[in-house]
Amino acid sequence: MATKYVGNRVKRTEDPRLIQGLGHYVDDIKLPDTLHVAFVRSIYGHARITGVDASAAAKAPGVVAVYTGKDIGKIGGVPCASDLPEMKKPEFLVLASNKALFVGHAIAAVVATDRYLAKDAADMIQVDYEELPAVTEEVKAAAGAPYVHEQFGTNIAYKLTAGEGDIAAAFRSSDKVIKQRILNQRLAPIAMEPRGVLARYYPGEQELTLWSSTQIPHLMRTQVALMLGMPENRLRVITPEVGGGFGSKLNVYAEEALLGWISMQLGQPVKWIESRRENFQSTIHGRAQLGDLEIGIRKDGTVTGLRYNVFADMGAYYQLLTPAIPTLTGLMLSGSYKIPAIQINVTAVFTNKMSTDAYRGAGRPEATYVVERAMDLVAAELGMDPVEVRRKNFPAPNEFPFKTATGLFYDSGDYVLALEKALKNADYKKLGEEQKKARAAGRLVGIGVSTYVEICALGPSAALPAGGWESATVRIEPTGTVTVLTGASPHGQGQETSFAQIAGDELGVSIEAVTVIHGDTSIVQYGIGTFGSRATAVGGTAVFVALQRLKEKASKLAAHLMGVDPATVKFADGRFTSGAKSMAIQEVALHAHLAKSLPEGMEPGLSATYFFEPKNFTFPFGTHICIAEVDKDTGEITLQRYIAVDDCGRVINPLLVDGQVQGGIVQALGQAFYEHVVYDENGQLLTGTLMDYALPRATNCPWMELDRTETPSPVNPLGVKGVGEAGTIGATPCLVNAVIDALAPLGVRHLDMPLKPETLWRIISGNSARSA
Amino acid sequence: MKVPIQVTVNGKTHAHEVEPRVLLVHYLRDVLNLTGTHIGCETSLCGACTVMLDGQAVKSCTVLAAQANGAHITTIEGFAVNGRLHPVQEGFWERHGLQCGYCTPGMIVASAQLLERNPDPTEAEIRMAIEGNLCRCTGYQHIVEAVQYAARRMKGAAAAD
Ligand code: FES
Ligand code: FES
Repeated sequence: MATKYVGNRVKRTEDPRLIQGLGHYVDDIKLPDTLHVAFVRSIYGHARITGVDASAAAKAPGVVAVYTGKDIGKIGGVPCASDLPEMKKPEFLVLASNKALFVGHAIAAVVATDRYLAKDAADMIQVDYEELPAVTEEVKAAAGAPYVHEQFGTNIAYKLTAGEGDIAAAFRSSDKVIKQRILNQRLAPIAMEPRGVLARYYPGEQELTLWSSTQIPHLMRTQVALMLGMPENRLRVITPEVGGGFGSKLNVYAEEALLGWISMQLGQPVKWIESRRENFQSTIHGRAQLGDLEIGIRKDGTVTGLRYNVFADMGAYYQLLTPAIPTLTGLMLSGSYKIPAIQINVTAVFTNKMSTDAYRGAGRPEATYVVERAMDLVAAELGMDPVEVRRKNFPAPNEFPFKTATGLFYDSGDYVLALEKALKNADYKKLGEEQKKARAAGRLVGIGVSTYVEICALGPSAALPAGGWESATVRIEPTGTVTVLTGASPHGQGQETSFAQIAGDELGVSIEAVTVIHGDTSIVQYGIGTFGSRATAVGGTAVFVALQRLKEKASKLAAHLMGVDPATVKFADGRFTSGAKSMAIQEVALHAHLAKSLPEGMEPGLSATYFFEPKNFTFPFGTHICIAEVDKDTGEITLQRYIAVDDCGRVINPLLVDGQVQGGIVQALGQAFYEHVVYDENGQLLTGTLMDYALPRATNCPWMELDRTETPSPVNPLGVKGVGEAGTIGATPCLVNAVIDALAPLGVRHLDMPLKPETLWRIISGNSARSA
Repeated sequence: MKVPIQVTVNGKTHAHEVEPRVLLVHYLRDVLNLTGTHIGCETSLCGACTVMLDGQAVKSCTVLAAQANGAHITTIEGFAVNGRLHPVQEGFWERHGLQCGYCTPGMIVASAQLLERNPDPTEAEIRMAIEGNLCRCTGYQHIVEAVQYAARRMKGAAAAD
């Protein structure tokens, strides 16, 4: 059948409301008599709470209730879905009562008739603290006291070793083992819409509705119902418009359960909208891994083995997936290379900081950064071209599905093809010549390369803590419009459009006739959510298969209605045809609903539901190349060009794929050059506002020259791989490699992110002082 | 003590008594129910709250409602006229200038102001004009293209007039 939509740059159907300010994010939903909640949060990284005096606040104007840790006894702790052998499990209560373990740890909640009054009253609450020594550095934390959780007598949350191959033998047989300490600094996801919850309890119906800015409405419903000890089918979670997530809303937070509980106490709607300051303090952070890399090589550039001993900073508590993130790092350590022996040794530690968890890429960018830095270290060591080192270690296209020493099977790939295309687009040879000239003229110009692979389409259920499938229902309504219900819960990725494209093509209808509904647990069948670059590869596949089932049924009914042999019926462009007879699918749908003439045994209605369980992850890949110049006088970096060739399998909508790649690259740019969540030695958060935490702005970003190769994934019938995290995974090392290459003439082989002008300037000026 | 204010928003005049401390953005969102203007920070650094106030793009989280007394304000809800999108809105749609849409109203207001002042901006000028508006989704490139598209459209329209 001719495709009209799939593969084309179709404008988004969600945009008209958003560009006119007519979408509804949580704070845009207004219910009568809504009360507003403000939190009192710890101002210390580690302190004993010796008293909370809420008497003045309770009497303040507009205040309806004040709750402290003593009041919330029956609410279960914040859930963590991952469980590793011998992992320490601290209980994370929704309000702290004895001790505060990080800045921003919620201590009390004030409920008032308006948000200003709630904040006024929160300021009147007197908390007495006895400050305790804070644990802030991962290496020291692992070594011993003081402890974040006294009861464990250690700060080590768990230790884990993974990987295959004899690493010791691999190193013995190497010509050289290169060592490097590498930091993946702590980052804040900073979705532009902070978190927010609106809770409404109807005591008569005993029904609680939570509107929450989340990526996982169904998982949240299950978890919050457990936390509140209420029947899951009396809890409805609605995710209205969500203003970005990047993993930060792939979680179940204390506030979500607490708001529900407060509404149940008061029988009135309650709302809490996170401030940006709260967002920095108490929404998950990402990365925060400090590791020692060892890489064994032969003289010709062949990598024989890779070991990574890494400290992973969990923060004070676990959120939903905190302990699982370093395991993803371990899985990805083979990068796009054939490395016979790989070992990761994780030491996960508690610190007096906010929890880390899945931030765009979730453990994979960390690994890719390490591997891609490793390739450049090898190149520097041997005086080889970084591209040649990579080429040398690629698996050949005929080796797919390719098994790594981290235990993965890469589904499909042609790494050389993407590399060649990027080299051509960049005119790599010429770049090298230009660089030589620039260097001769005393300029610091560097070329960065990264040839990444990532794990997407999370994932087979066996590999995920809470189900890795996705669901879809498609139906044709009596009047002929098409409704798609997806368990994925997109929040900016554009699946309202891309799923409508799939449905439009499969049913031969216009996308205007298709409505995609998501993010309401009372309307949509159970689903897993949007994260891990899975919505299209897993959720889109569920839609696709459901559509096939719907068409099968419609075809049988059409045959019956036309009085022809079902085997003779063909479907094209929205019509069932057999010989001279023909019927539109909408007509068939109406008959299915009227049900006056159905074949023997056929159920009325025209709808199909499918739960798709993927057999494997998918493994998108690509090559990024960029050119950076460092200003000798200021240390400032200018990106002269940025070239990316990504392969995310089959593309449903190139416009949306470009958007995902561009956004991802700029988030990588943030990590490479600007962003860093910094706590001081007392556990005080020094980067608690957008003033202190630098996000990339329009003037910091290069023009990105994008291109693609398309290697369909064999894992799903759409051939889609996923693209949401590609940019972030591929770009970070590319950017850093370019800057380090620029400074290579000064003897620089590695620098830790973010590459601030000050750091670079110190190196440059220090060096020129020495040589003067 | 509340103070009386009168403001004209998207062509409609409103009179209210507000507490002196109420921010304009809260007045627009909570009193007038114009929720297209968003809030992304408390430090005037994100631009999500940008509106047109007497012809100037301002961050409405840094203006008190009381200060806006007598002002003419256009919020994102006022950009489409009689159901016809503003060229900048069109550009954002055509060129996929938004993903989650949260920064979008502020971006559109800031971009529209640029094009009023400079109908033919360079890429660098566009980037400079939206430097005060953060977007965490798009990487800005499609936003730049959206503004370029709008500039072409507006020139085309001007030529046709
Ligand atoms: S809300 Fe961030 S600048 Fe106004
Ligand atoms: S589109 Fe999401 S912040 Fe700009």
